[in-house]
Amino acid sequence: MTSSTLSRSLRYAESEVIAYRRTWRGTVITSFVNPVFFLAAMGAGLGALVDEGSGQRLSISYLAFVASGLMAANAMQNGAGDGSFPVMAGILWRKNFHGTVTTPLGPKDIVWGRLIWGVGRLTFTLLVFAVIAFSFGALEIGPALAAIPPAILTGVAFTTAITAWTLTQKDGRSLSTLFRFLIVPMFLFSGTFFPISQLPDWLEPVAYATPLFHGVELVRKISLPGVDESIVTSISPWVHVAYLVVMSVAGLYLSIRLLDRRIRQ
Amino acid sequence: MTESLVQARGLTKRFGDFTAVDSIDFDIHKGEAFGFLGPNGAGKTSTMKMITTVSPITEGKLSVFGIDPNVDGRSIRQRIGVVPQEDNLDQELTVAENLYIYGRYHDMKKSEINPRIEELLEFAQLTERKDSEVEPLSGGMKRRLTIARALINNPDLIILDEPTTGLDPQARHLLWDRLYRLKQQGATLIITTHYMDEAEQLCDRLVVMDQGKIAAEGSPRQLIQRYAPREVVELRFEEGQKDEAVLRLDGLASRSEVLADRVLLYTDDAEATQHGLHERGMNPEQVLVRRSTLEDVFLRLTGRGLVD
Repeated sequence: MTSSTLSRSLRYAESEVIAYRRTWRGTVITSFVNPVFFLAAMGAGLGALVDEGSGQRLSISYLAFVASGLMAANAMQNGAGDGSFPVMAGILWRKNFHGTVTTPLGPKDIVWGRLIWGVGRLTFTLLVFAVIAFSFGALEIGPALAAIPPAILTGVAFTTAITAWTLTQKDGRSLSTLFRFLIVPMFLFSGTFFPISQLPDWLEPVAYATPLFHGVELVRKISLPGVDESIVTSISPWVHVAYLVVMSVAGLYLSIRLLDRRIRQ
Repeated sequence: MTESLVQARGLTKRFGDFTAVDSIDFDIHKGEAFGFLGPNGAGKTSTMKMITTVSPITEGKLSVFGIDPNVDGRSIRQRIGVVPQEDNLDQELTVAENLYIYGRYHDMKKSEINPRIEELLEFAQLTERKDSEVEPLSGGMKRRLTIARALINNPDLIILDEPTTGLDPQARHLLWDRLYRLKQQGATLIITTHYMDEAEQLCDRLVVMDQGKIAAEGSPRQLIQRYAPREVVELRFEEGQKDEAVLRLDGLASRSEVLADRVLLYTDDAEATQHGLHERGMNPEQVLVRRSTLEDVFLRLTGRGLVD
């Protein structure tokens, strides 16, 4: 990315900020309130039962386990949200991308600008989450903050990949299918709420292959320093990083190409 | 010789097997209002999209401000203002914010943009709606806002793709008035339309497009003179009498055009034509005399009416 692309992308991001001043109320629920509900219900409520009944199969509290997992899952949901409906709006519903490309800005600037703004918002969301998790006694504050960058990487991987996918879709009907059949199952079965070793043997490799698994593992290895193999796998954190970086770069590259093709016919 | 802002030679756009724009030539000069007139699917919008650098050129040459859009589209876009056919205002933003972000896209400073916004809102008669959201605005207001948005960067060339399609007559006239004002201020306008009256009102020069090709070129007056005699006598006959009547019209006008619901007689002297009708004892249900328009030009050139 050149400095002039950066300047143009930031100008695009500025328009997103202006719009956000008007629409932030709607995102508060999904970004802040839902994660807190999950922490309270799953971590504190269900966690009390789990900790009692697990016979010490987990070496840490269930609350800590869920909090670390939710950090990555939260990033996934924000990223997926960012890469789907607003992108379809830009090309099909509101069509504002079509107007933007008649100015000096191009598809590349739109994609980068959205990503920059998405990362900014995600950082703030995760910061709030880390502080809440700390106040619940789920995570230590230092490791919780250290886990924000890997959680952001998870979010970026999802935003870019799903942006690219959305740009291949004719209309919005498939978007809710994506959430129903991909995002929600991943949320439930990729290690957020229980170690994937609990899955039936044949499902385990599927879980290993999902991006959320790598995000959850990475966040856990950083936010819960010194955890043992009852909690995380022995896979090197760099494998997770590599997976998510490749996904992000490929997603970004494809998003720019696909948006260009979709708009500049 | 006036400066040519846009020049096309053999300009062609193909989508797969379909040729939307078929090797057209035109020159648009500084300070003129240039029209592309034609029915839906004639290739007007495709031509506009190539000029605004949004659509790559398939074949031929195009230069805008002397720049090749395929080489440096951004420098062209820096200097143009585009009013697209479909409104694409940002519904999440207010009226003023929609103008502001386009100012920013053009890399203008806040201190430059804000006075410009006031000016443009005044021009578009939207000052009162400055902080209103876009959604509740009427169609005409949205159009005016889109035009104001296209003017934010003081463009050297303003491109309007069917600016009044879908507007009621009152909103249309108000918009024409605004565009006329821009013209008087010396702006260069490119307007596509499928309305003859719009082309007559606004364009200094125009091309008539049909099926991707340019069928004729000239000023509205020239085209009317060249392709349609001065006056038109429109006749309507009673049910079932038209076919028989048509046979008896020979020699009454320089040309006639038989449409589904009426017969058009092109003539330089409508009175004489009417007199002739009377002499032959013909009694059409309705007789209407009018000046010929670009619609008649189009009918002559293509054998079809303009609006579907």
